[in-house]
Amino acid sequence: MQMEAVSNGALEALLRGDREVPHSRVGWLSELRAQALERANALAVPTTRDEEWRFTDLTPLYKTRLQPVLQPAPAEPSAFEAWFIPEASSRLVFVDGLYSATLSSTMAEDGVIVSSLAAGLTKHGDELRAYVGRLADFRADPFTAVNTAWLRDGALVTVARERAVNRPIHLLFVSASPGAVVNPRVLVSVEAGAQCTVIEDYVSVHAEAGLTNGVTEIAVAAQAHVKHLRLQREPTSAFHIGTCAVHVGRNGRYKGVSVTLGGRISRYNLNVIQAGEGAECEVDGLALISGRQLADTHSFLDHALPHGRSRQTHKCIVGGAAHAVFNGKILVRPGAQLTDAAQQSRNLLLSERAHVDTKPQLEIFADDVKCAHGATVGQLDADQTFYLRSRGLSAAAARNLLTYAFGAEVIERMEVASLAVRLQDVILRATQH
Amino acid sequence: MSHVILKVQGLAATVAGIEILKGIDLTVRSGDVHALMGPNGSGKSTLAKVLAGHPAYTVTRGQALFEGQDLFALQPEERARAGLFLGFQYPVEVPGVTNSTFLRMAYNTMQGARGREELDPLEFDDFVQAKLELLGMDPTLLERSVNDGFSGGEKKRNEVLQLALLEPRLAILDELDSGLDIDALRIVAHGVNRLRGADRAIVLVTHYQRLLNDIVPDYVHVMDDGRIIKTGGKELALELESRGYDWVSEEFRARQAA
Repeated sequence: MQMEAVSNGALEALLRGDREVPHSRVGWLSELRAQALERANALAVPTTRDEEWRFTDLTPLYKTRLQPVLQPAPAEPSAFEAWFIPEASSRLVFVDGLYSATLSSTMAEDGVIVSSLAAGLTKHGDELRAYVGRLADFRADPFTAVNTAWLRDGALVTVARERAVNRPIHLLFVSASPGAVVNPRVLVSVEAGAQCTVIEDYVSVHAEAGLTNGVTEIAVAAQAHVKHLRLQREPTSAFHIGTCAVHVGRNGRYKGVSVTLGGRISRYNLNVIQAGEGAECEVDGLALISGRQLADTHSFLDHALPHGRSRQTHKCIVGGAAHAVFNGKILVRPGAQLTDAAQQSRNLLLSERAHVDTKPQLEIFADDVKCAHGATVGQLDADQTFYLRSRGLSAAAARNLLTYAFGAEVIERMEVASLAVRLQDVILRATQH
Repeated sequence: MSHVILKVQGLAATVAGIEILKGIDLTVRSGDVHALMGPNGSGKSTLAKVLAGHPAYTVTRGQALFEGQDLFALQPEERARAGLFLGFQYPVEVPGVTNSTFLRMAYNTMQGARGREELDPLEFDDFVQAKLELLGMDPTLLERSVNDGFSGGEKKRNEVLQLALLEPRLAILDELDSGLDIDALRIVAHGVNRLRGADRAIVLVTHYQRLLNDIVPDYVHVMDDGRIIKTGGKELALELESRGYDWVSEEFRARQAA
């Protein structure tokens, strides 16, 4: 009982600073926020007694003093350039959750909207009503409820029917104020037969604690293809909670690759509903953590209709006294016949104190389906290490190269060369595991 | 003027508590090619791995001087940088590491150790292409993961490619001939022969005389039960080919008994 009271107080603390949720001229949005605020206040923050949070103890988050940001910290554009991705056609930059027009750069394309969500809601409020807060359910999850209640700005990407955006769209979320709570929001709507690639990227200019509590909603219409890359490279003192809700229509395809490097405690919830026949998703994840980091990925692939396919590879590379968690739920609903689902959880432990909890969770209610899953936990291969050392590579260089090799499969699936090079650099230069 | 590159004295070593090497004496001088022959399980490959510093083996007695340094005081990578190269009997597959990246890292590490200039990826590409042609290697092997899915012959060529890139003082080539057909063997042997020189030595570990037709040794040693029991010239290999190993063991036992 005592715990409950403390926890509820902590959730209030997340909201401290603003007495009221932001008001919007868009009527339905104000209403949505009010409902979300009500849920945020009604829901208890999770503890390790909740099955979904068994391994992830948020107490350090609840004990950290954090406040919302009303004014973003001033920042030099040059401080951000290192994160820019040359392959991207458009870039939206958010500093402490607020859109920065000066740092952003968008390319005008027919049938394509890449803008701040605030601007988009003012212009296209009626069309967006069907998506915002509809895909990411805030009724059961306090963090999604808080994000929705404080929905102020974020990124909006829409692609009209049959349009293909060939180059990636980069959404860069920069934490600039230590101790800040930021609630970024992303909405991606890709109409029938259209295609695009979105890179969601979380970084920080400082090394202090803070909370990013993001929600992303992605609607993939019939025959549409969406590639969604998610990078979390915040400092190892940060708290990061992200939820991504994806809705895939008939013969639509969602391809998601998430890479987690930062965060003292990070949690990524990926919920994909394959809501049309023949929908397909490929979901890959890589968590590379060390020290005292905890990285938790919970994915939920919901096969609701027949002929759906999903393929998932989740890899964790864990050093120091770090702790990785993976819970991969696959649901095949009654009637979702001829579903073909395959899940792999592969884990590499780099030290004695490194720890991983991995759990496949298959719930199958149709009889004519193919569902495979497997999990492995291993250490660096002694023969491979010796082979590299026998060619002059130091023990550390050999370990880093083999560590990269373990994660390379996921990194290469991002298919963005500059990111692969950067991630390779981060891993090969690592000095501590 | 040749000099002693490697001097092994009274070397004994164990793996998982079992003694495999029981007192090895071997001196290798620059310019020499030695062949180490013997039946399966005689300790040939173990000797090669112990000299290269494989962590599964424990040296229990004896010493080895490599270019005047105490070899067993050096880490495997320090031995490599000092100029010792082990060509693996079973080259290790390293999925996820591109062969060209691996080769470049190894090459640059060695260049750094010798106080020479390192090459960037583009420069290295040109440099390695020329070596590939000498070995008749398919250039696409550079873009694949190290030894991953390579045929037996491709793996061995990749070892010789590393040998050619790293230019060691002493190359210990463990069963270079296994997994190679006659044509591949000729090409690989040709590659090794090009590296013979007055300032470097080669130790070939092999079962068969066949390889020694193409890489003609100066000395042939026969190993049995963890010891070198006979040393001779290149003609000893021919004799072993026709008579087998048993007579050498019997001769050795008779000598021991006397």
